[in-house]
Parts: sequence; structure tokens; C-alpha cells
Amino acid sequence: MSSPIDFLLWVKGPAFDIALAVFVIGVVVRLLEIVLLWRKQDLAEPKGEEFGPGLRTVVTRMLPEAGSFKRSPFTVIGGYIWHIGFLICLLFFVPHIELLHSVLGIKWPGLSNHIVNAVAVVTMVTLVAMLIDRITHSVKRFLSGSEDYLVWLAAFLPIVTGYLAYHRVLVPYPLVLGIHILSIEFLMVLFPFTKLMHTFTFPLARWYNGAMAGRRGVQS
Amino acid sequence: MSKATLERGLNALREEINAPVAAFFSSCVNCGLCAEACLFYTETGDPRYTPINKLEPLRRIWEQEFTLWGRIKKALGLAQPVTDELLQEWEPLVYDACSLCGRCSMVCPVGNDIAYMIRKEREGFVASGNAPEGMKGASTRAIKVGSPMGVKFHAVQAQIRHIEADTGLEVPVDVEGADYLALLSSMEIMNFPEYIEALARIFKQAGVSWTLCSEAFEATNAGIQIGSSDIAAELVERVVKGAEKLQVKYVISPECGHAYTAIRWEGPNLIGRRYPFKVVHILELLDELRAAGRLKTQGMDEARLTFHDPCQIVRKGGVLEPPRNLLKQVASNFVEMSDHREMNWCCGGGGGVSANERADELRLKVFAKKKSQLDELNVDKLVTACANCRLMLEDGLEEYRVELPVVGLTEMLAEHLVEDNE
Repeated sequence: MSSPIDFLLWVKGPAFDIALAVFVIGVVVRLLEIVLLWRKQDLAEPKGEEFGPGLRTVVTRMLPEAGSFKRSPFTVIGGYIWHIGFLICLLFFVPHIELLHSVLGIKWPGLSNHIVNAVAVVTMVTLVAMLIDRITHSVKRFLSGSEDYLVWLAAFLPIVTGYLAYHRVLVPYPLVLGIHILSIEFLMVLFPFTKLMHTFTFPLARWYNGAMAGRRGVQS
Repeated sequence: MSKATLERGLNALREEINAPVAAFFSSCVNCGLCAEACLFYTETGDPRYTPINKLEPLRRIWEQEFTLWGRIKKALGLAQPVTDELLQEWEPLVYDACSLCGRCSMVCPVGNDIAYMIRKEREGFVASGNAPEGMKGASTRAIKVGSPMGVKFHAVQAQIRHIEADTGLEVPVDVEGADYLALLSSMEIMNFPEYIEALARIFKQAGVSWTLCSEAFEATNAGIQIGSSDIAAELVERVVKGAEKLQVKYVISPECGHAYTAIRWEGPNLIGRRYPFKVVHILELLDELRAAGRLKTQGMDEARLTFHDPCQIVRKGGVLEPPRNLLKQVASNFVEMSDHREMNWCCGGGGGVSANERADELRLKVFAKKKSQLDELNVDKLVTACANCRLMLEDGLEEYRVELPVVGLTEMLAEHLVEDNE
């Protein structure tokens, strides 16, 4: 890895393949570890359905419960902003769409660079604010361990490095682009081993919650 | 029961882990929102009472033994084991500061059913000997005497004699072939015998064929509260045997909240078979009678009143409409609390907290939540449908020096009954 170009080629080549393999195999293993534990058949006579109410909970938990929102608005609003912001940057930045098109063969319209740029700034600011909140809020500070800060970093780095790459802040460009891609690979590799997994497991968790409540005649 | 040891506790925790538990732990991002739904946190501000934190021992077992990565970390010596010290430290969080009310399970953004997991976690605590003395005592009395409060059937008979003398009504006992077997809670027998009288009067008017069973009168289940499936199953089995012996079609769960959870939802799973009868909550039965025109009442209570939703009956039991339908039949000025139905706040004494004297101070402190709900409404009467809630509400109101009568819904209905045969 003698030059920035070599570094970029390594990051885009072997490193990406390794990260992708760890990500895909790891996530599949984690999901199998969960569902293969099964749950015992419930012998109590049901009062309602499981499947439908389970799906409803998957959808309805997208919105916060009014009381906890009032008590902790920043957690909810900050959560929305950075998750949505992250997804906009990931999926609607034109170079990302072109990359995904070359890999997956499907394409969708992107947003203008100015908009994505603004979204990235808002997302970064929100993530920093959420980190400060995690350190200062008594409950969050109490609950948080090293993993919580590690996954924060893993989510923050792709946005920051992407922003730097877009603005050509660091030179040479191949180096900063390589670092950006490396940060994505860092996120991918961490995924199966950390609570980043919630991205894939939350529908399962919500479904089980809604299904078990639905069986008792309650929409949770 | 065999001797409680750490090893038995760890085994019990292992047995409780299933796909929902694994999905829940995998999804938690420590956002802390569950704290805002828990009265033990909102009223104390103590972050240790954050619901998900109460599950740390179970979470460790899941991570270290049910995930590949966790097993690797454990093999490398990077995992913190579940020790007796950890269980001792967590015991007050799991028993004193959780009423299994399930409110946290309604707000978790990723959908974790935290109360479901705490119920499971208690299996490990009790198997390792880490449970409060008050609850151990209640469980022992339930097994040996037949009731957590040590009530024997002759105490029920004494109440029956009083009721029969006062009202001239018959309270049927051990009637084979009756349609309904009514269960009672110890608290109803000792503190609120009006409930038994109310049943006798309502069922006479509605023409319901019913009976009590001398061998299976107790509906409460201390095994569910302490978290011992062995004890819980034995107590459920008594009811099932009594119902089978009398060949009833239905078993009526009394107002008592956790009794309903025990007999209606956990029972068949505890004994490993479906029942040959159906279980109805008394409010469900009364609402059916009302809908069929068999529950005839007269007069309206004009007092401004509200209804306290017992967690296990409403949020965890699905009996949402019956109490409202019934109240509206006899009360003209019924108002709902700010958070009601499946989002109601617990009285603070569910899930065995009321049987655990060590928790009294904390329970009364967190009652401030209920008091603030009541303060908003300025009501003259508080109606509920759980003998335990009722006792806890009375206790809390007394502590906060609030004069507010607390009544059971079934008795309230009985007071308005049209006595058409007299």
C-alpha cells in the first residue's frame, strides 16, 4: 500500500469483499440464532389473532407513545432525524445510487447534492447532540457501555468521512474516499457483533410483542 | 422443592430463553425510553429502575450462551459471569421495583416485551434462592395451607354463613354439574367479602347456575408472582381438578388481576394441557349478562367517578371494554384518567410487590403517580376491579391523606341490581 491509489484499490477490493462476507454471513447467523430458538406452543385459548396484530405493532411502533414522547422528546426526535438522515445520505446521494446500480442493477432518482449535503450536516449535528445526551442523561449514561459508544462511532464515521470526501477537504482525494469506504466496512464488520443488529431484529421483536398481546386481545 | 442453588438458578434462566427473548435483547439500543414508562423510575428518578436494566442477569446468560459471538467472548474470558452476588444485587430491582405491569412493553420503540422477560427472569431468581422473604412465605402458605394469606375453607364458610344470614340467599358449594365455578382471592375472602355477596345476588337475578368448590376456591397464584413454575403449576392443578370434579363448563376468575393471568393465560402452559372448560373473567361474564339483558340494574350513581384499570386484567388480559360497558350502566358521571385502558399506570403493588413488605416504602413513594392521575380529575369515587389494586389504592390514598372511597365494580353493580323476585 505504497500510494493512496493502492489504498483505495485495496479498500474497494479485498477489504470490501471481506467486510461484505462478515456482514452477510454474520447477520444470517445472528438471525438464525434467534428464530431457531423457537417458542413453545401457547396452550391457553386465544382471545385474538397473533399474525395481524403482530404486523400492526411492527408498523405502529414507528410512532412514539404519547406519554414517553412528552417525557423524553429529544430521544425520539433525535432518533428520527439521524436515522432518516443517514438513510437519505446512503440511498439518495447520486454517486451512491450509481454504485448500487452497478452492483444490484436497479436504479432510482437521487436528490441534489445540495440537499444531501444539508441532510448530512443535520445528521452529524444530531448524532453529536445524541452523544452528548447519552453522556449527560442519567438513564442513558447509566445504561451505556463501551459498545454503545462504539456503535455511535461506527454510525458517525461514514457520514463525516463522506462529507469530507464530497468537499475534497483532505487531499489527496483517493485517500479520503478510501477512508470513507473503509468506515462503511468498519460498520459492516461490526454489525453482526453489536446492537447494530437491531436494524434487522426490530421487526421480529415488534412482531413477537404484538402477536403475544394480540393473542390476549390487546393491540400493543 | 429441591434446594435453591446458583446452578439451579442459571439453569432456570437458560430454560427461559426463546426466540422472542433473543429478538428482544438483540434489538435493545439502550435508548432509555422504557424508563419513562415505569413508575418506579418516573417517581424516583433512579436510573437503576430502568426496566431493561432489571434484565441484566438474563441478558448476560443470553449473550454468553445463546450467541456465537458471546460464546467466543466468554471463552476468551471477556464476559462478566452471572454470580450469586449479581443476583443478590438485582433481587430488589426485579421484585421490589417491578410490578409486572407491562407498561414498558407498550412503549419500547423496538418492541421489546420487557415485562414478559422479567416474569421469566424471576424463575432464575427463585431457583437460586434470591427472592424476598414475604413472597417466599406467601408461596409456602399457598402450597401448604391453600392460600397465600393462610386462608382455609372454613374462613370462606364463615363468610358464606354471614352472607346467607344477611341476605337470605344461598351460596352454592360443591354443586356438581353447575355451569360456572367461581374462584375467589384471599383478599376478597378476608377484606372484601362483599364480592361473594355480590356474586350471589347477581347470579340469582340473572339465573346463572354456579358453585364454589371447597377444594379449589383460591384463585390467586403466589407461584406466578415469585416466578416459580413448579409452585404455580401445582396451584393451577388444584383449580383444574376441582373444576373437573364438579364438571363445570366455565371457571370464573375473580376481579383479582394476577389470578386472571394465572388461570387464564399461564395455567394451561404450566400444566402442559388445555382445559376441558373455559375461563372467563367476572367482568367478561357480567358484560355478557348485560348484553343479553340478564343484568338488570336500576338507578344511576351520580358521583363523579373514575376507573382504575388493573394491569393484569386490562393491559395484560384484554378485558378492555367490559368494565366501561358495565360502569356506564350504573354511573352517569364516569370520567377516564389521563392514561387509561392499556396505558394505565399501575397501583404499584402488582406482581407480588404487595406481598413483599421490604418494598412497602418504595411502593408508597411511587403511588405518587396514581395520586397525580387522580388529582387531575377531582373525582368523588374510584372504582376498580381487582382486590389487590383496591387494597393498594386504599393504602396509598391513606398515605397521601386523600379521602376517596374505593369500590369494586362487581359490588357496585350488585348495589344497583333490580331485585325482581322480592
